[in-house]
Amino acid sequence: MKKLYHFHGGIHPPSNKAQSTQLDIARTPLPSKLIVPLHQHAGETAKPVVHAGEHVLKGQLIGMPDGFVSSAVHAPTSGSISAIDMQLIAHPSGLPNLCATLIPDGKDEWVERKPIANYRSHSTAELQQLLRMAGVVGLGGAAFPSDIKLRTGKQKITTLILNGAECEPYITCDDMLMRERAAEVVQGAEMLRFMLDADHVLYGVEDNKPEAISALQQAITASVPILQQNKRHEVVAIPTIYPGGSAKQLIRVLTGLEVPSGKLPTEIGVQCFNVATACSVYRALAHGEPLLSRIVTITGNVRQARNYEALIGTPIGELVELSCTLPDTNGYIMGGPMMGFSLPAVHVPMVKATNCIIAASEHLFPPPPPVMPCIRCTRCVEVCPADLQPQDLYWFAQSREFGRAQAFSLFDCIECGACSYVCPSHIPLVQFYRFAKSEIRAREHDKQLADQARERHEYHEQRIEREKQEKSEKLKAKEKAAQTAKLACSQPLTSQQQAEQAGLEASRAHIRELAQSSVEHAKD
Amino acid sequence: MLSALLVMAAIAGVLGAVLGFAAIKFHTEGNPLVDKIDAILPQTQCGQCGFPGCKPYATAIASGEVTINKCPPGGEEGIQKLADLLGVDPIPFGSDTQTKPKSVAIIDENTCIGCTLCIQACPVDAIVGAAKQMHTVIAAECTGCELCIAPCPVDCISMEVIEEKITNWKWKYPVYALTSIEPASTAGAAQ
Repeated sequence: MKKLYHFHGGIHPPSNKAQSTQLDIARTPLPSKLIVPLHQHAGETAKPVVHAGEHVLKGQLIGMPDGFVSSAVHAPTSGSISAIDMQLIAHPSGLPNLCATLIPDGKDEWVERKPIANYRSHSTAELQQLLRMAGVVGLGGAAFPSDIKLRTGKQKITTLILNGAECEPYITCDDMLMRERAAEVVQGAEMLRFMLDADHVLYGVEDNKPEAISALQQAITASVPILQQNKRHEVVAIPTIYPGGSAKQLIRVLTGLEVPSGKLPTEIGVQCFNVATACSVYRALAHGEPLLSRIVTITGNVRQARNYEALIGTPIGELVELSCTLPDTNGYIMGGPMMGFSLPAVHVPMVKATNCIIAASEHLFPPPPPVMPCIRCTRCVEVCPADLQPQDLYWFAQSREFGRAQAFSLFDCIECGACSYVCPSHIPLVQFYRFAKSEIRAREHDKQLADQARERHEYHEQRIEREKQEKSEKLKAKEKAAQTAKLACSQPLTSQQQAEQAGLEASRAHIRELAQSSVEHAKD
Repeated sequence: MLSALLVMAAIAGVLGAVLGFAAIKFHTEGNPLVDKIDAILPQTQCGQCGFPGCKPYATAIASGEVTINKCPPGGEEGIQKLADLLGVDPIPFGSDTQTKPKSVAIIDENTCIGCTLCIQACPVDAIVGAAKQMHTVIAAECTGCELCIAPCPVDCISMEVIEEKITNWKWKYPVYALTSIEPASTAGAAQ
């Protein structure tokens, strides 16, 4: 039995997971249209490489990664691109972004796939490039391009952690994936381990998912022949406590190591991937299939909560209808109830980060009780998994003292919402932290632009100065030349110069004579 | 008596040497306060303060020639920061100054005659083009100073406010209803 560690705080919200694990994962029927956003990942928006009216095949590239942190986007099925324009997407801002709309032709015809027979014969850089072009991003929620996470530089990675904790209430997509596709998860994990050259792999799964744990264990035993010897794969049941599935907290529980503030887990020799990401890595390398679909939990105020394997770009409205939303539904949440956000509209498409859609109702999520002033009871401090002082951060954020908020490690906040959950005054604490974080980021961005402008202005001034100088030097040189010419004129001529001048005069007189005679000749 | 004088002279000599050394070793070029003020100014180089650029305005503030409320692009927050740095009271903007949302210059390429006057006016070299060739603004480098608008002989430059997009979107300050003690009493909004 592996020794486990604890992280500070944590809460036990009602899990509400049983509703959606009754049935197996269902494949969704082809939707009427697919709206594929070109910005589904952290980093730069992919560049569209198809145009409206073009016919595309399933798996064909429609968005080229643009910039270092970026990922590819593909057509989830065959059909024709009807538009590439700004559409409302699943984002808390409720603002539109560039999307490709695809009308399926129903044939579901694949583009040519290039599976890799033996990934061990390829270099890590080649495999990373393949993952980048297959659009593989973290499926845990942040959608960070996976190839970047595999670029660890010279840092030796000892432990690869597969995150199957799924601590947030209602969400069961990873649970069902581990139950049904454990073999693919294990093979994907081995590919990731190979690319990172890690010594061993730990699968962190909360102990409220016994089926998933045993499925993974069986899969590991079954795939011993393909695993490298002395590179151990181990499933670890971790205690169910929210937010145990957050990367830093999971690393702490499994290894006892703490990721330093502002640093990446790789700097302590650990890297963390979601189990669903491992599965898509396997599909991308072993089958040559880019990331076209994912498993999404439809739950909450619906007749039959269930997990679906849905194509990226499926309008969420069509998705929730499969589970029959109840008539008193008053909104939809993407993600879990702790960290998710309300969708701006139900027709927005699902993206690679969509792990769960919760139909909300007054009964399930009653409006929050009125907010009261902070009484500094420090209950938020007791539950904060990042060991912060949420009441102080709240104070600085609401009074816009951003410098002090940063000094109190605001950026170590993982926005898990445990503080808001226990706050007896019902203060929306996380909203304040998000506000403060985005203000600070915007300020840093402005500062960068200002520094750039200052530099350019200084260059501009230098250039003007230099041009002025060059002009005056040129003028001076001209004046000097004119003066020397004048001087030369006033000096007496040498005998040679006199002879030259006389020769010139003689030839001029000859030409004049010739001209005169030709004119007279013409007159005659 | 003599020994006391000698001791005092020796101490004076040593201290003098230390001060002399420090003056050379810790010598600062220019006024460091100017750089600190310049770091707060938004670097639009727009000249709305009456000085040819942000650095001259910073120099003038440092020497106490002008008040700190002459920079509309810096906004109220800029005034507050300057006040904090200089240890003075913040002064509100005059009634004639108005702060505008951040914007960039756009050249109407159909009207541009290629006179290069705007290129010469741009303080950050954010306009590219050549004589009798169409000019265009590098939006990422434009500070929105509006200095290119006046020289244009065909009025083909306009300012466009930077729209809110997903990439520059910010979480808003949380607004929620305050507790009403009794259902009948009025409940205002926080903030």
